[in-house]
Amino acid sequence: MKKIVIGFLLVNLLAACASQKPKEEPKAEVKPAPVVEAAKPAPAPAPAAVVAPAPAPAPVAVDPLNDPNSILAKRSTYYPFDVYVVQEADKPLVEAHAKYLSEHGNRKVRLEGNCDERGSNEYNLGLGQRRADGVKKMLQVGGAKDGQLETVSYGEEKPRQTCHEEKCWKENRRTDLNYR
Amino acid sequence: MAGVLRCFCLLVLLCAALPARASLEIEIIGAGERQIPIAVVPFAGEEKFAQSISTVVAADLARSGLFRLVDPAGRLPREPSEVVYADWAGADALVIGSVTEQINGRVAVKFRLLDTIKQVELTGQSVSARNSQLRAIAHRISDMIYEKLTGDAGVFSTRIAYVNRQGKINRLVVADSDGYGEQTVLTASEPIMSPAWSPDGSHLAYVTFEQGHAVVYVQSLLTNQRVTVANFSGSNSAPAWSPDGKQLAVVLTRDGGSHIYLVRPDGSGLRRLTFSGEIDTEPNFSPDGQSLLFTSDRGGSPQIYRMPADGGAAERLTFEGGNNFSPRHSPDGKSFTFAHLTNGSFYIATQDFETRQMQLLTEGGWEKKPSFAPNGKLILFASEAQGRGILSTVSSDGRVKQRMYPQTGDIREPVWGPFLKQ
Repeated sequence: MKKIVIGFLLVNLLAACASQKPKEEPKAEVKPAPVVEAAKPAPAPAPAAVVAPAPAPAPVAVDPLNDPNSILAKRSTYYPFDVYVVQEADKPLVEAHAKYLSEHGNRKVRLEGNCDERGSNEYNLGLGQRRADGVKKMLQVGGAKDGQLETVSYGEEKPRQTCHEEKCWKENRRTDLNYR
Repeated sequence: MAGVLRCFCLLVLLCAALPARASLEIEIIGAGERQIPIAVVPFAGEEKFAQSISTVVAADLARSGLFRLVDPAGRLPREPSEVVYADWAGADALVIGSVTEQINGRVAVKFRLLDTIKQVELTGQSVSARNSQLRAIAHRISDMIYEKLTGDAGVFSTRIAYVNRQGKINRLVVADSDGYGEQTVLTASEPIMSPAWSPDGSHLAYVTFEQGHAVVYVQSLLTNQRVTVANFSGSNSAPAWSPDGKQLAVVLTRDGGSHIYLVRPDGSGLRRLTFSGEIDTEPNFSPDGQSLLFTSDRGGSPQIYRMPADGGAAERLTFEGGNNFSPRHSPDGKSFTFAHLTNGSFYIATQDFETRQMQLLTEGGWEKKPSFAPNGKLILFASEAQGRGILSTVSSDGRVKQRMYPQTGDIREPVWGPFLKQ
């Protein structure tokens, strides 16, 4: 299992190197978007085979967004009560998404702010919007373009967990990065 | 206490006996400082109709907490001349009446309110109505009795609006103030928030997520036609009507932060009112239209502020520990009600503008979104019992509480409607 993972990472790495050179910013308007990533010819996995003699993984889609081991697989930022500033712990995550978005101009993400139930739902609608806007600002600073980002607040109206305890509340105080 | 219990049991029996399907089950806790003992005698001829008037009147009066029902114990006077006042020593007031079918398919309802001490008729009325209007007639009789005996206008004929959520189905509902006559105004698979009655009771403004984000609509209750009032990027929410019905205060995030704007009910004439603070929300007009209460976190935590209705400097009104939300004026404009959050519990509170004293009216729990009945005597709010969202009321002195359990779903976002012109 471990070996496969290593192999997979290497392929990803190589693919990343390979894609750096041409720097072909895919024009979303012209090309059929999602197929582009998968169509890139994976470089021969020769050195990988030496390190990891496991059968080379089939040429998988190399969009790091779909890599469960990438930081990009994390799609939520979490907050203390009545706070909307992105927390230190979540900054690497947001920065990684900013980098990804700046390198994938055709990708769009919807930032969905949520709150726990301790507030009026109108106040929480405002708070959720601030949370989503805060993530948006960080993504912009990191290179994402305005047109890639959309914000929405659900306030306390769409809780992930419904108990009246901190174990649920902390799950509900978050911004989700929802790629579309 | 025994009286209250008896009263509660009687109510349950009454509810069970009512032919029209009740959508809510009602429980009353506490009693007014001085309860007026009153006997409501079954109306002559009412047994021939699907709806008994006297049971509705009795239930209305009991629900207010200001009356104690005295059992007529089989005595059935129908006319003042048949009343032997000596028999009614336990009751200060007596209600008698009759219901008769008319030739044109209509019904004539007659009632009299008698003072058993002075042995005089206090008020009475005779009306003709369609068979289907018997509940409405009964509520009007209750209103007249209430007003005559307490000096305040009754609210039994008014209506309430709320959201009923059942799984993913959200319904915006309008009902009589006793929970009967539910009428679904809107069904949506996305959340519905913040219904607000137009001052004449003909329209509801509300917020839904049907378009993926919060959008403000105004819908006619007569034609069901609806108009989009605010659909800008971000969130559009918290509609509040001006007392003349010509403006709505709304909250938009399109310019960053949550700010209060004025807009006409058709969506035209948008004007921004607040510029400071991160979140300014939940505006509510004073009855004279001169000022707005709102919730803001400009002082660090959510608190209640007041500012002129055309914008300008705001004054902070709440300072007590904890956070305060959802302010709404009392109908006389002398106080406001709001939700007070402290130590993880929500309480319904009022504060007098003059004394600045906060009064907690409830014991705390998940109690949100208070609104005054149009006579200022009761406050309707959302609470929770047995893991479900329910409707509750508390008298504005905190003495009488009432819980209304829905048959299905969770009730949220209740708001009491205005007096309707008859």
